[in-house]
Amino acid sequence: MREPVLSYKDIRVSFATEFGDVDAVKGVSFDVMPGEVVAVVGESGSGKSVTSSTAMGLLPENATVHGEVLLEGRSVLNMSTAERRRLRGADISMVFQEPMTALNPVLRVSDQLIEALQVHDVAFGAEALERSIELLERVGIPDARTRIRQYPHQFSGGQRQRIVIAMAIACGPKVIIADEPTTALDVTVQAEILDLLRELKEELNTGILLITHNMGVVADMADRVVVMLNGEVVETGPVTKILSHPEHPYTRRLLAAMPLLRAAGDPSLEPERVSVTERADASADGLAPNGTTNGFSGDGAAGAASVAPPALQAKDVALEYKFRRRATRVVHDLNFTVQPGEIMGLVGESGSGKSTVAKAVLGLLDVAEGELRVRGMNMPALPSKERKTLKREIGVVFQDPAASLDPRFPIGDIITEPMVVHKEGDKNSRMARARELLDAVRLPSSVLNRYPHELSGGQRQRISIARALTLNPTLLIADEPTSALDVSVQAAVLDLFSELQQHYGFACLFVSHDLAVVDALAHKVMVMQNGRTVEQGTTDQVLRHAKESYTQQLLAAAPVPDPEVQARRRTERQRLLAALA
Amino acid sequence: MTRYIIRRLLQFIPVILISTLIVYALVFAIPGDPIRALAGDRPMSDAVRETLREQYNLDDPFLVQYFKYIWGIVTALDFGSTFNGRPVTDIIEQRLPVTATLALVTLVIQTIMGVIAGILAALYRDRFFDRFVQVSTVAMVALPTLVIGFLLQLVFGLNLGWFPIAGINNGITSYILPALTMAAVSTGILARLVRSELLDSLKSDYVRTATAKGMKRTRVITRHGLRNSLIPAVTFIGADLASMLGGSIIVETIFNLPGLGQQVFNSIQGQEGTVVVGIVTLFVLFFVVINLIVDLLYGLLDPRIRYE
Repeated sequence: MREPVLSYKDIRVSFATEFGDVDAVKGVSFDVMPGEVVAVVGESGSGKSVTSSTAMGLLPENATVHGEVLLEGRSVLNMSTAERRRLRGADISMVFQEPMTALNPVLRVSDQLIEALQVHDVAFGAEALERSIELLERVGIPDARTRIRQYPHQFSGGQRQRIVIAMAIACGPKVIIADEPTTALDVTVQAEILDLLRELKEELNTGILLITHNMGVVADMADRVVVMLNGEVVETGPVTKILSHPEHPYTRRLLAAMPLLRAAGDPSLEPERVSVTERADASADGLAPNGTTNGFSGDGAAGAASVAPPALQAKDVALEYKFRRRATRVVHDLNFTVQPGEIMGLVGESGSGKSTVAKAVLGLLDVAEGELRVRGMNMPALPSKERKTLKREIGVVFQDPAASLDPRFPIGDIITEPMVVHKEGDKNSRMARARELLDAVRLPSSVLNRYPHELSGGQRQRISIARALTLNPTLLIADEPTSALDVSVQAAVLDLFSELQQHYGFACLFVSHDLAVVDALAHKVMVMQNGRTVEQGTTDQVLRHAKESYTQQLLAAAPVPDPEVQARRRTERQRLLAALA
Repeated sequence: MTRYIIRRLLQFIPVILISTLIVYALVFAIPGDPIRALAGDRPMSDAVRETLREQYNLDDPFLVQYFKYIWGIVTALDFGSTFNGRPVTDIIEQRLPVTATLALVTLVIQTIMGVIAGILAALYRDRFFDRFVQVSTVAMVALPTLVIGFLLQLVFGLNLGWFPIAGINNGITSYILPALTMAAVSTGILARLVRSELLDSLKSDYVRTATAKGMKRTRVITRHGLRNSLIPAVTFIGADLASMLGGSIIVETIFNLPGLGQQVFNSIQGQEGTVVVGIVTLFVLFFVVINLIVDLLYGLLDPRIRYE
């Protein structure tokens, strides 16, 4: 029997706060073997990061740790500060969640890599530089010899994460703790980073402790899984067992909450999902029966005079950002139509221009070219007064509810503010509307006088949705509304969202990077890349019968929470990429 | 980069023209007759008065006076003269070293004290030294310069006799008390700025990354924490160096230092417009040049900032 490289024995962590001690971790034990990937999963507050951090000694000062952490049999917690310091980076290293901030912005990448080697006397001076260049090449940074002289901001998010990984493997650690290493990255980049970690693990026989909330990542990477809830381990076992035959109700709930990207022929697929209006008047929807439509479906249905104009329509739209009188065009030739009562998923990776489109629809960005019609009226061309009236009909839900709700406003004021802005109703009718909406988003009316910080993330996002619905919009813009939420919370919010949409019948432009979320919600999908439309059509066409290779790549990169299926998808993806290259 | 500097230098022209115009207008607006004030209680013949008024263009309309003044500078580098006939350039040449020495000593004192106090306060957060810095900096910022100046004169000049109370006859030691007086407010602000910036920086992800590499705490702080947290301090010190020239008016008067500040004060009282405008324009020029240097330095310290 091999010895575990890292083992946690009955770890207890409590934090001293002004309200007394808070127990974050309550007796957690598990092992990581050499060359093994152990995934610790759980939602925010489960204590997964805190537990792992005890091995590194990176917990804040108000934390008290009990129990034992063994690194190759040596007890870490009893070591002196200097001994522990010598372990960090040498025997045990870490990859963090946020690659954009994990590197020092004012030091060159070379300096930051070299110091990782020098600290542990691995190499010095010119030799350290050579080793650093080798490391960068190893983690897949092209042109490493020149680029090592650059600063972190000159690299993309995925490349920065590769640099962080290069630092982590610099001194050949026995175990790497990867704390949500791909959460902040796009799916295709996530797949590449996971591939890299897997290769390195096999090459160096390093144990990896992978902290994640994404069951797809677990299926892709892990050998064993530890499920945590409220500071305790609720279930642990091999990955196939946990993901395919979970025993604990919490594990089952977590898995059920994970939105799935369904394959063609999936039994859960409805015969044909239809939007509210399509059901009312199937001919009104301009989707050509055979496949892709190129926008203007409203035009196609012009014969039906009774038909309402599309809720939102873009015609040859171009968008640009201006800086010092120089314009950078970021969105080109955009054409799409969202019918009343229809949800269109707008999908793409960072930099694709999807949020820019949302901004333009909200009137936060001028349209450089083309027409952007809301209920048939070209918004940019309207006089400002009429534009304001039209804007009443557009509601918006942003990504981060913590940032988009004013912390100094009570919930009641937050929800009724749109009515105040548009001088609608009086005090009583506004409050009545707020109660009605709280009821609709299933929150008690007692929260009216509470403040945003008193609510949880999911509750706050419900408030955002309620606020967006205050003026009964015909069009709702939702920009990554569930990306900041835990999966189980996300599932509840998505259910609610879909129910509200059925009830209020608004059209929706749903911006998301998560294909599975879009699959669960949208009637049709548009895929964007580098400011251009790659593909659009019904959800079924785009997500299950994708024609464009970029869409196929996106679909192939999204991991599914089934280890066997995921392994197959991985090979398929590699074949697809090889075919493209 | 060169284009950026040229653009900034061109921006100096309107700034200086407008500021001289404003100062000129202010001096012009002071009520009373400067020539009569010059004569004091003694009688002055109308002929002499007329000649003097004409010599200094005092009977021209305001704008004409101003243009004659600017024209003199541009064509003949003639910055005008006092009513005693001394050229303004002479006065500046004589008094500039005093003010410059004062500003430099102040700069050194406040940078060393402010930065060190800020760093230590951040490292020993919520401990005695931190509390001490917090309280004492409030006092330093809140006390008027006048009070601090007289207090220092009383304690270190009169009671302890460590430093001269006034004048510049004792070399660099003459500048210690005035510089301390002038540094007080900025030292307080700087200490608080460095403290909060360093605390932020120590909480940042890249400091955590550095710690995770196994670097020593002191090395993490000096190499990763400090460098980032001192960037805002540089901006502050630059802006403050520029504003020191204004502060010198009060301090040089309290400590009787024959610098530019004292001269401005006297010239305002004597309504010697050309002298006031000459010196204030010099201050403005310092201000814009130092700001340009700070901006360039900022680009040097933070690679994410590039000027074009």
